[in-house]
Amino acid sequence: MKHFSNRYIFIFSAIMVIVVATLLSLAATLLQPAQARNLEIEKKRNMLESINVEATRENTEELYEKFIKEGFVINPDGDVVEGIDAFTVVVKNEQKKPIEQQYLPVFRAEPDDGENVIIVPVEGKGLWGPIYGYVSLKSDMNTIYGTNFDHKSETPGLGAEINTTEFESQFKGKKIYENGGFTSVQVIKGGAKENDPHGVDAISGGTITSKGLQKMIFDCLTKYNGYFQKNRI
Amino acid sequence: MSNQEKEPILSAKNLKLLTEPLGRNNPITVQVLGICSALAVTVKLKPALVMALSVMIVTGFSNLIIASLRKFIPDRIRIIVQLVVIATMVILVDQFLKAYVFDVSKQLSVFVGLIITNCIIMGRLEAFAMANKPWPSFLDGIGNGAGYGLILVIVAFFRELLGSGTIFGYPVLERLGIYGTGYENNGMTILPPMALIIVGLIIWVQRSRDKSLVEKK
Repeated sequence: MKHFSNRYIFIFSAIMVIVVATLLSLAATLLQPAQARNLEIEKKRNMLESINVEATRENTEELYEKFIKEGFVINPDGDVVEGIDAFTVVVKNEQKKPIEQQYLPVFRAEPDDGENVIIVPVEGKGLWGPIYGYVSLKSDMNTIYGTNFDHKSETPGLGAEINTTEFESQFKGKKIYENGGFTSVQVIKGGAKENDPHGVDAISGGTITSKGLQKMIFDCLTKYNGYFQKNRI
Repeated sequence: MSNQEKEPILSAKNLKLLTEPLGRNNPITVQVLGICSALAVTVKLKPALVMALSVMIVTGFSNLIIASLRKFIPDRIRIIVQLVVIATMVILVDQFLKAYVFDVSKQLSVFVGLIITNCIIMGRLEAFAMANKPWPSFLDGIGNGAGYGLILVIVAFFRELLGSGTIFGYPVLERLGIYGTGYENNGMTILPPMALIIVGLIIWVQRSRDKSLVEKK
């Protein structure tokens, strides 16, 4: 093996780093628009799923235009805050602020069956990482119309089951209020009773994810209490 | 390419570089490398296939780059240079997946990034690319990536079929009416230990067919 001087090694490393850095930043900049679009479509698709509309990547935009009528931001008192685009609000960042400063996004949708529903984003912690999704409510602000959940890194076959239709569809028709008091929905280990208006079956082997999901729904929806009280029909 | 010399582009020797890792010198079943990601990404066929292609691209091109630079890379920092090349390739692949096959990149999540730590790649750079011409090195990289990918796809085939009852998401067992006979999907195959068992079975089959792979007592 040929001997290289220290000087050569330094120059070699410097050139290598510059070339690599240029290449990577170029790739990141050029691909950024496509990646951002993917995230946007993903978000819209999840929202559509929460009102029980199955969208593919291709028709997401079209269906979103058709069903989701408007988005607005409210404060924890339930009053609309003007001048903020609900779609760009990042729930995770809002959750770090003190409660009275948080912006809470609400989306209004009109599905084909004539219901007038609202969609609210939820975000919390599972076992290994964040879990998130959307919950849609009928205009009584009490009955769940549909849900969509997703996760970053829950265990496949166990906690990851929260994003299956079988799990999500259990929430349909469940009530989040009992005699005017906020109760949210409980995820019950061993299975909820058949007529339980507030309970769904937990995932076997996914206890911590299930518990996290229950806490996520409770924590997020309870902030909307003011809004729900004022706007129920 | 610098192949105008005497050797044809796909000479017997070069072809061997491509085919050996698929069987007799397979990185997973014979060298037992890259097991970790083989357990993680083989729940479904589609992510396994994308992972296989990603690793092929990374091994192929990092071998090519290192082999072309091999005379200029100072020996004392060669490992760092190899890592930089691998990391660059992996980040590029990851960015492309995020931009063009978003669904799959979501399923693969961190494992694309972890290709960097896959021993197969650095093993090939050290053992082959540092001492060989670019073209054979490229073939060697593609071959080893393919050998890794082949096992991934075989494992994923069984895990998806037995665990979810589907192949590439198509519900085969349901269409065949297997569930009617009381069969149920085996949840165990979805979990990583089953992947290890399947890899073990593949090694067993391979060794019982090719005795020369069995260690002498």
